[in-house]
Amino acid sequence: MSTAPETSAAYLIRGAAIGGGDRTDLLVRDGIIAETGTGVSASGAEVIDADGLVALPGLVDLHTHLREPGREDAETVETGSRAAALGGYTAVHAMANSSPVADTAGVVEQVFTLGQKAGWTDVRPVGAVTVGLAGERLAELGAMADSRARVRVFSDDGMCVHDPILMRRALEYVKAFDGVIAQHAQEPRLTDGAQMNEGAVSAVLGMTGWPAVAEESIIARDVLLAQHVDSRLHVCHVSTAGSVEIIRWAKQRGIKVTAEVTPHHLWLTDELVRSYDPVYKVNPPLRTDEDVKALRAGLADGTIDIVGTDHAPHPSEAKECEWAQAAMGMTGLETALSVVQHTMVESGLVGWDDVARVMSTAPAGIGQLAGHGQPLETGSAANITLVDPAARWQVDPQRMATKGRNSPFAGRELPGRVVATFYRGHPTVLDGALNTPLTSEGA
Amino acid sequence: MRHLLSTEDLDKAEAIRILDTAEEMAAVSEREVKKLPVLRGRTVVNLFFEDSTRTRISFEAAAKRLSADVINFAAKGSSVSKGESLKDTAQTLEAMGADAVVIRHWASGAPARLATSDWIDAAVVNAGDGTHEHPTQALLDAFTMRRNWARVNGTGSAGTDLAGMKVAVVGDVLHSRVARSNLWLLRTLGADVTLVAPPTLLPVGVEHWPCTVSYDLDETLAGGPDAVMMLRVQGERMNAAFFPSTREYSRRWGFDDRRLAALDAAGAKETIIMHPGPMNRGLEISAAAADSPRSTVLQQVRNGVSVRMAALYLLLSGDSTPAAPTQEATR
Repeated sequence: MSTAPETSAAYLIRGAAIGGGDRTDLLVRDGIIAETGTGVSASGAEVIDADGLVALPGLVDLHTHLREPGREDAETVETGSRAAALGGYTAVHAMANSSPVADTAGVVEQVFTLGQKAGWTDVRPVGAVTVGLAGERLAELGAMADSRARVRVFSDDGMCVHDPILMRRALEYVKAFDGVIAQHAQEPRLTDGAQMNEGAVSAVLGMTGWPAVAEESIIARDVLLAQHVDSRLHVCHVSTAGSVEIIRWAKQRGIKVTAEVTPHHLWLTDELVRSYDPVYKVNPPLRTDEDVKALRAGLADGTIDIVGTDHAPHPSEAKECEWAQAAMGMTGLETALSVVQHTMVESGLVGWDDVARVMSTAPAGIGQLAGHGQPLETGSAANITLVDPAARWQVDPQRMATKGRNSPFAGRELPGRVVATFYRGHPTVLDGALNTPLTSEGA
Repeated sequence: MRHLLSTEDLDKAEAIRILDTAEEMAAVSEREVKKLPVLRGRTVVNLFFEDSTRTRISFEAAAKRLSADVINFAAKGSSVSKGESLKDTAQTLEAMGADAVVIRHWASGAPARLATSDWIDAAVVNAGDGTHEHPTQALLDAFTMRRNWARVNGTGSAGTDLAGMKVAVVGDVLHSRVARSNLWLLRTLGADVTLVAPPTLLPVGVEHWPCTVSYDLDETLAGGPDAVMMLRVQGERMNAAFFPSTREYSRRWGFDDRRLAALDAAGAKETIIMHPGPMNRGLEISAAAADSPRSTVLQQVRNGVSVRMAALYLLLSGDSTPAAPTQEATR
């Protein structure tokens, strides 16, 4: 089944458990799910035995760093897209902190085009909120929205839009094209020189702390601003128990806020920093066990809407150094689903239908992506991820498709393997390995 | 002992072994010929990413008294201008055949990084890393305290700990590697520690530390501490709102003449005043206090060489019997 002839346009996925539920056949043809049911037959279709596999709508990442243009030594759209496909993603949102910054229609169209050429996954550029991420004046949000890249998500991720009046205006302005501001919530003055979570561990290690209040105070301000101007706010990489509480409160008041958590914040804590190994250096930092528990509970009860990877590849020299010198960030595309299975599914907090919601349906909704996050039924776009939940594998960053070797899960055994990824009806991944990209002829 | 990175991971037996060995080294330093041949042919590199003449010459003297070859490598680099990476520097030293690397670095954890990476095989001695630890300073402080404590109790110091001793550590705990290293080691040796500081200069999380925390120096002094260790305070901290002015700091948390007089009046004859140096006279310690008979500042400097000799000897000799240098010394 791994040698799909290029001419084969139809695939019959036999017996996949949709969202972990009933076993169903899915006939994929011409980029859509042509037929569902049991005992589906289709002559000429390549049959994929999905016995024991879970079928999810193709995963959507709202938070990916593809590094291109500017840092092609760390990642390219091509390599990042391959990693995305292997991780089960059919769409990723490329964050704006490239060089040059994605703050003009020209840059977002460039990234969009590179994604189309790569053909492994939809690449949706995120536009910068402010020119050069400098937090001083608005970038041309309308031009990016109107561009071929049709940007709807705007973020200065990596930097916080900390000026309250600028944040207010941004929230208001994007209503003109139903955009959303994705905030990197970090009060800059409270985090000057911050190296890790401020708490018991930072006290012993003698590292400048990144206090939870620096995140929570910005989220509290922003939900109130979103309420005041009746706009949509998305909170990137929520990392503290207090943030979960504030977002829960805001949602109860009907404020239009959505929130994201990364796989690493669902599992890892600042205790790992005791090793001084910069592979654990990330922004926002790894927090405490109490925060991890609150984030998991928040994701399970819907306070947190989505899992976003914050996939942040770095060249090895950026991590083979002193902690204080090291770059912040971790890779995530190729481990996200397994980490979610480990932290959320195997802990009994959620089922596979919830995984479909937090990793596909909800992020597609926030990003307003047509053809993604749709239920796996007749007529839907054929963006499908097949997972073997019984598989176990050991994380080896050297074997990943991303250029980044900075996986905090290196050496750990994880559950769940992406067996196949169908991107617009085309198998980008088969048998757990890269197949072929979707070419323009095949689209 | 493979490396000396922190006092947090030093157990009591190891700590006492270093202190006892240092006593033997101190005896060598009192001889006319202050040299032992034990590390002949071994190379010790002083790798300093941060200026510290005092610590560097102390390590240099220690290594030379053990007959080691010493290379001083001033790799001062700022966080902005990276220059050569720590990895490349380490591999360079490895290629040159360093047996021990004494590292001072502005970044917390840099010595641990060196020790746990596969960049270098040499023994790593932490000579102060960021605001993390400064284990040899804590060991020389403990050595100094132990001698005084033994004198007060009328015993010899060899083999003893600091059980029952009350120690106050006063000042900028937040930014102090000396305070952290002292706290862990003093607790391991059985002393009771009180940290005295403005609330702004204590780390969040200090409530988990095995000590008493006070904001009131006078109250702590009234409790009759056996040793008062004053930490260096940088005057520039006031610019980041850690305290309103150096004068206010000095009034509330400085060991000034008034407090010195109060100690005398209370009859606390044996209370010693310590300072790791360099001192800001008139800020955290008055000249009268620094120069009083209570002050152990110069004893600390002298003991620093003995303690560093002990650390280098134990790390490099591969000999687990602490009595060895005595045999050498009596030859």
